Amino acid sequence: MNFFQPILILSAAYLVVFGEATFALPRQLLGAQIDLLPALMVYAALNASLPVIVLLAVLGGLWFDTFSANPLGVTILPLFAIGFPIYLRRDLILREAPFAQFVLGATASAIAPALTLLMLLSGSQEPLLGWGTIWQWIVMTAGGGLAAPVIFSLMSRCDRALGYQPQTETSFRADREIQRSRKKL
Amino acid sequence: MFKQKNYVALGAVLFVAVLILSLPTRATDRIKLALGAWFLPLFGLAGAAQQLPADLADSALPRRELLKQIDKLRRENQQLRSQAVQSVAIARENDQLRSLLGWQRQMPWKLKLANVVMRDPANWWRTAEIDLGSRDGVRVDLPVITAAGLVGRVSSVSLLRSQIVLIGDPNCRVSATVENATHDMGVIVASGPIDTSLVELTYLASSANLKPGEIVKSSGLGGVFPKGITIGQIVDSRSIEYGLYTEARVKLSANLGSLEQVWVLFP
Repeated sequence: MNFFQPILILSAAYLVVFGEATFALPRQLLGAQIDLLPALMVYAALNASLPVIVLLAVLGGLWFDTFSANPLGVTILPLFAIGFPIYLRRDLILREAPFAQFVLGATASAIAPALTLLMLLSGSQEPLLGWGTIWQWIVMTAGGGLAAPVIFSLMSRCDRALGYQPQTETSFRADREIQRSRKKL
Repeated sequence: MFKQKNYVALGAVLFVAVLILSLPTRATDRIKLALGAWFLPLFGLAGAAQQLPADLADSALPRRELLKQIDKLRRENQQLRSQAVQSVAIARENDQLRSLLGWQRQMPWKLKLANVVMRDPANWWRTAEIDLGSRDGVRVDLPVITAAGLVGRVSSVSLLRSQIVLIGDPNCRVSATVENATHDMGVIVASGPIDTSLVELTYLASSANLKPGEIVKSSGLGGVFPKGITIGQIVDSRSIEYGLYTEARVKLSANLGSLEQVWVLFP
């Protein structure tokens, strides 16, 4: 079994969460922090197995909530709600096309915070909401959409460079080669 | 489309999420603490990376510049010492007057410097994490300030780190008073999710006559924030609910957008 891909995806989630908590530049410039976990979930849903998607939803959600004032575990379901439907339909999605990656990343980045807020509001929490939330939502959606092709490219490169690839067998067999020659009669 | 393994995965995630969400706060705090410890190596790396440019800049500073800075600091130190002597005399006089009037003696503030190590990754909370924990004596509800003014309060504490909820978060309300002739009192609440420099001062009396630029300080009511900590300045005010009460926008003195170091105030 190839363990490289799950390790790569979970390591990326680990770094993404840490980066979001420590790197404040997007918040200072745009007024909102861009969440890359939904875009990473899109990559995982299109390229990894179901257990990896489950692990990413659970661990990514828990890590995110650890650094946030969110109740622990509230981000797990929104992340899985993105990854699971994409996984079920992934044979129909053009995963190599950057536009498809952008659309999926943007959609995932729009749905994830909306679902999380819905869960927070239904759980008697009082998050900071206002007209500015719409701007933050737009920034998160656009940021996630733009980040998705970059994540796809980076992860594929890492996978190709560091992970082992299945060996392809050639159909050429020397013992079945047709020898062509001119026979003199 | 829906195979058995899909049902198992869906069930497993639902089970884990519901289980964790239904845990008591104390248990989730402990899990957060354990999960936060996974990131300690990255904190170390980030700290070292931040320190490196500062060290390089220090080593490249010429001797003449250093001597000039030392001279300047010496003069500043002497000035502050003379001010400290004066304030000690004033404090003594204040204590004597308080004892004559039978008022409780004011205790001086004890402060501990803390570095802000991270911000909340979610856009709907205003919290931050500092590098002081229960090991340093930090406990829940201690006020957090900067030299400019009030920042917030400690909301949860672990051994090495604490989470602070910043002023302007829905979970950080402060009783405040305006420094004007009528000493109007209200409550500082969140204003909006984008601009971290503005908060609302609400539940002011309908007769409150506020002018832009008036200083807003903590009133000391509520038992969390001591009296007299600067919060900000009045920007504008308006009447709410057909004159039932007045609300004002307050520009915070402390810059919450780029917090690096804060002081935890011990009673």
